[in-house]
Formats: sequence, structure tokens, C-alpha cells
Amino acid sequence: MDLVLFLTFAFIAVACALNMSLQRHPVSSALSLIGVMVSLAVLYVLLGAEFIAAAQLVVYSGAIMVLFVFVIMLLNTGAEKLTKKAGLAHFLGFPLLVTLLAIASWVITNATSTMAPVKFGAFTKGGPREVGWELFTRYLLPFEVTSILILIAIAGAYRLANKEMD
Amino acid sequence: MSLYDLFPPEFFKLSVPLNGYLILSAILFTIGVATFLFRRNVITVFMAIELMLNAVNLTFVTFSNHFAKVDGQIFSFFVMVVAAAEAAVGLAIILMVFRNRATLQIDDFDTLKN
Amino acid sequence: MDYLLVSIIKTLIVAPALLATLAYIVWVERKVIAHVQLRVGPYFVGPHGLLQPIADAVKLLTKEDFIPSGVNHFFYWAAPWLGLMFAVSGIAVIPFGPQVDIFGTKVNLGLADINIGLLWILGLAGMGVYGIALAGWSSNNKYSLIGAMRSSAQMISYELPMALALAAPLLLSNSLNLREVIDTQAGFVFGFIPNWNLFTGFQVIGFVLYMICAFAETNRIPFDLPEAENELVAGFHSEYSSMKFAAFFMAEYCNMIIVCSVATALFLGGWHPIVPQAIADFVPTLLFGGSAAVLFYHGMNNARPNDRYSFPVFGVIFAGLALLFLIPGLGPILNSLFWFLGKVGFLLFFFIWVRATLPRFRYDQLMKIAWLFLFPVALANLVLTAFGVTFFSK
Repeated sequence: MDLVLFLTFAFIAVACALNMSLQRHPVSSALSLIGVMVSLAVLYVLLGAEFIAAAQLVVYSGAIMVLFVFVIMLLNTGAEKLTKKAGLAHFLGFPLLVTLLAIASWVITNATSTMAPVKFGAFTKGGPREVGWELFTRYLLPFEVTSILILIAIAGAYRLANKEMD
Repeated sequence: MSLYDLFPPEFFKLSVPLNGYLILSAILFTIGVATFLFRRNVITVFMAIELMLNAVNLTFVTFSNHFAKVDGQIFSFFVMVVAAAEAAVGLAIILMVFRNRATLQIDDFDTLKN
Repeated sequence: MDYLLVSIIKTLIVAPALLATLAYIVWVERKVIAHVQLRVGPYFVGPHGLLQPIADAVKLLTKEDFIPSGVNHFFYWAAPWLGLMFAVSGIAVIPFGPQVDIFGTKVNLGLADINIGLLWILGLAGMGVYGIALAGWSSNNKYSLIGAMRSSAQMISYELPMALALAAPLLLSNSLNLREVIDTQAGFVFGFIPNWNLFTGFQVIGFVLYMICAFAETNRIPFDLPEAENELVAGFHSEYSSMKFAAFFMAEYCNMIIVCSVATALFLGGWHPIVPQAIADFVPTLLFGGSAAVLFYHGMNNARPNDRYSFPVFGVIFAGLALLFLIPGLGPILNSLFWFLGKVGFLLFFFIWVRATLPRFRYDQLMKIAWLFLFPVALANLVLTAFGVTFFSK
């Protein structure tokens, strides 16, 4: 069951990611990305990270992607035009990426060959209580700094979007 | 009661090797890079960045599981927060650029060239 | 007994019950609004229009599924079902009653009992926007697009004060599991004030804030800007017909049920009765028995000719319900269900009542309320509750 769930949602995630890459219209891409995010949330649950899974749903697919969809609909520019201006990336990009993936997979497989497999239910410390405890004790300073970051982001976004056209 | 009690333990006899999650993360990251390189729509390129961040998050959570520590999850939580801030500012910038240039094609943003 | 089997049985009970409720809540809404406006509402299909939902379903099923030109077919088709799926999934984490013994098996009344229950509902509420946004965008209609954009902006804005308002009772209950939250609200203070978060947690402000945000999240009047009939010709679902249109309606009513259940669980003490337990056990019997008596009386002195036959029949049904609560084994289960569903039902009635009473806000007012009033007040409420919990921690 563990393996079946993992394979199912890994397949969905990869399929959605490929679809995002191949679709011409930004809305289709955004929806595929949401598919990736939701299947990743399921994988987080399998990894015992319940709170992160919920945060993935609430923050990523519930807020960030809504913002993306909102902006795409606001601009409503239609499908993307294909151009030949990519330059070097067109010729070298694909082989280099495949090489990157191959090397990464090889390194990962070698490095983790002796590590224990993931057992569902073996790690249960991913609930909101444990994450919250760590967040407000050991990671209190980074937490506060990110809150300031968010404040700056709000101010910046407001300033940018509110600017009058000259 | 937690999620683990929803199913009896016999349900989870088969386990997933650790590198399954890591290779999935690598595949997603590579697709993200490919989208970033090959696509010409600035919003799609921006979404590719989000996909890469997601792939990295998966690695963090996998290692959090492996070392039985919450720290990896906290890192991915911070990544999410930073991604939210980045999306807000980035989309505001895209809106500004669209107002000035009336296009989302990355090739057309070349006024600084030459 | 096998856990999986119990889960399947529970799902098989809850899913049809939910769908039937979704159908009949439309009838209730039409009846209530009609009586507020001194009309009678649906009356012709069945006694007192009781078969109206079935007639509506048949009508919607047999109508032509018209697809306008220029739509994006995949998203046009997927949007209503996406919205309905996200709305219905929320019911999975709502607990309806305490743990009970059924034939020696301990069963939690409620589908799934997970410790991130509330986050699950918040996540689904966020995802619910996609149904509306995609419907409006894919319809290829400017009114639909405006409705969808309004809806996205409105839902993102109102999610913030809603989450903040929900965080305050969570501080009191110290858990995200809705069942544990309800368990902390059992009992009475001074013997007569129920130990609900609304009363003993001093969450009146939080409750009011949450209800305002709930109206906005479910796109109900006075916040139904996305589907404003008289300016946007029904907004995001203008171009939809037949079952797809019905799916939007079902999603809206399902969302209403879920936000009301969350309010009941977090603020109104879930299935814990408002009066001490000794009296509470007889309240449902008295209520249903009283209704039966009223029905019998009006059946005898009938105002309309058909009531001579229909009212006594309903009277017998209500009397049977009243007796059902007195059966020893069944009584406690039904009692907790009665209190939970009664509170949810009252909140749903409140939604309908407001719809019959209030006009719609203007769009700039809507945004101003969210950001300049609800957000600061919710934040202040959260901070005050945090101080209260720190100083008088139970």
C-alpha cells in the first residue's frame, strides 16, 4: 500500500510537471502545477510530515497559486508565442539536463544505498504540535525574521502594484 | 488520534526506498529547470521556479523523515514562506512590466540590451 | 471489527445523507425566504412542495447541456466538478458525535479523525476558489470573468481574518483535531453556563468575525458579489446549464454546511447540549412531541383543504421521531447527533435569514471591511485571547 501510494502520486506529480512544461497556455500550466503540489502534499503525509502537508495545501495551492491564476486571468494574454530566441539553451539545454538528472540519480542511489527505507508510521513527529514547538523555541529568530520579510514583501508589492503610470 | 491510526499496520508492509523520494525530487527539479530554460512566458517561467522550490522541499522532508528530526520540515516551512513573499513581489513586478510593455514574452523585455 | 469496514459503512451513510441534505436545503431556503416575504413558496409538487427538490433534480438532469461557443472545453467541463469535489471533501473531518458503542465496537461518529482537521478544511476552502475562477475564465464571457476575478480576490482577502478568528478558540482548546476541540468544551460553569468557547472562552467577537467571513467565503448575500444577479447576470455560472449548474449550487450549499459545522465545533461546543445533561436528554423528545401535537391540532382545524390529510401524516412521523429518542441504546447517539445537527441547522437558518433580509455590499466596501475592519479586529481578538490563556491557563 505504501509503495502503491508512492508510485501513484509520484507518477501523477511527474505527469503534471511534464504537462506544465508542455502546455502553451499559462492557465493550463498553473493547473498542472497545482496537481504537482497536491500530489506532493500526499507524499508529505506518507513521509510523516502532516503539518507540512497541510501547509502545502493551504499556502502553496490555496494562496500562492490562486494569486498566479488571478494574475493570469487579470492579464488574459492568451497562449504563448513560440520564438527562436533561446539561443544556446536550445541546443545544449536538453542534453545537459539529462546529464544532470543522470548524475544526480547516480549520486543519490550510491549515497543512500545503505540508508533505511521509508516506513510509513515510523516517524510520527510531524504533527502541528512538534513543528510548532521547534518553530517557537529553536527557530524563533528565523521565524521572526521571515515575518519581517513578509511585511517588506507586502509593502513592496503594494508600492509596485499601486504605482501610477507615467 | 493521528493519520497513522486510520489504517491497520498490515497495510504498509512494503516500504519505499529512500532514493525513490530523492530521485522523484531530482526529476521534478530537472523539469523545473527545463521549463525555466525553454519557456518564453514570464509567468510560466515564474511557475517553474515554484516547481523547483517544491522539489527541494520534498528533499528536505525526506531527510527529515530519515533522520527522525523536525528540522527539515521547518526548513521547508521557511521555503514556503519565502515563496509566498516572492510570489507576491514577483507578480507585482510582472504586473508593472505588463503595464509598461503590454506583453508577457520574455524576449521582448530587452530594452537594456546594447 | 475491521477499521476499513467501519469507515466504508460510515461513508455509505454520510454521503447519501449529505446529498439529500443538499437537495432539501434548497427547499428549506425557498420556504423560509417565502415566509419572510409573506409568500408560501413551493407548494404544488407534493404536500407543501416537499417533492420539489426531486422535481428540480429531474428537470436539471433532462435539460440540454448547452456549451457556448469559444469556451475552453476541458476547463469548462472540469470547473464545476472541481468545485463540488473540494466542497464535499470537507465533510470528511467533521465529527458529528462522540465515540459510541455499536454492537461492542467503538465507533467515532464522523468520517476521519485526523489531527490536522482544521487545516484540512482551511486548505479545501482555499482550493475551492479554483472551481469558481476556472468556471468564470473558461466561459469566454466578460461577466463571468469579472465574477471569477471578484471571487478570487474576495476569497483570498477573507481567508486571512477567517483563519485568525479560528485561531483564537484553538488557543483555548490546544488542538487542531476537531474532536479534541469539542471534547474540551464539555461541562458547565456554575452549573448552568455551558463551557463552550463562545461563552466561557469569551469568543463572542471571534464568533461574529468568523460568521462574517463565512458569509464571504461561501459567496452568500451580503457578500455574493461574484454572482450578483443584477449586475453580473449570475457571474461565474452565467454560461452553465443542466447538471454543471446544479454542481455549483450543490458546492455552495455544501460549503455552507461545512462552515456552519466548523462554527459549531469550534465555538458552539459541538454536540454538547446548551442545558444540563439531565434536562437535555428530554429536549428532543419534547421538541418533536410538541411539533407532532401542533401538527395534529392544525390538521383538525385545517386552514387549507389538503392539510386535513398531510398534517396528521407528518404528525405521526414527528411523534415516531420523538419516541425514537427514548430507546435506551439508541438515545445517547441520537441525542448528540440532535444537538450537533440542531446547532448546524440553526446556523444554516441564520444564513437563509440574512439572505432574506440584507442587501448586497458594494465591491470597494467589501474589500474595505475585510482589510480595515475584520483583519485588525481578528488580530486584536487573537492577541487578547493569547494573553487570557497565558494568565488564566486552565
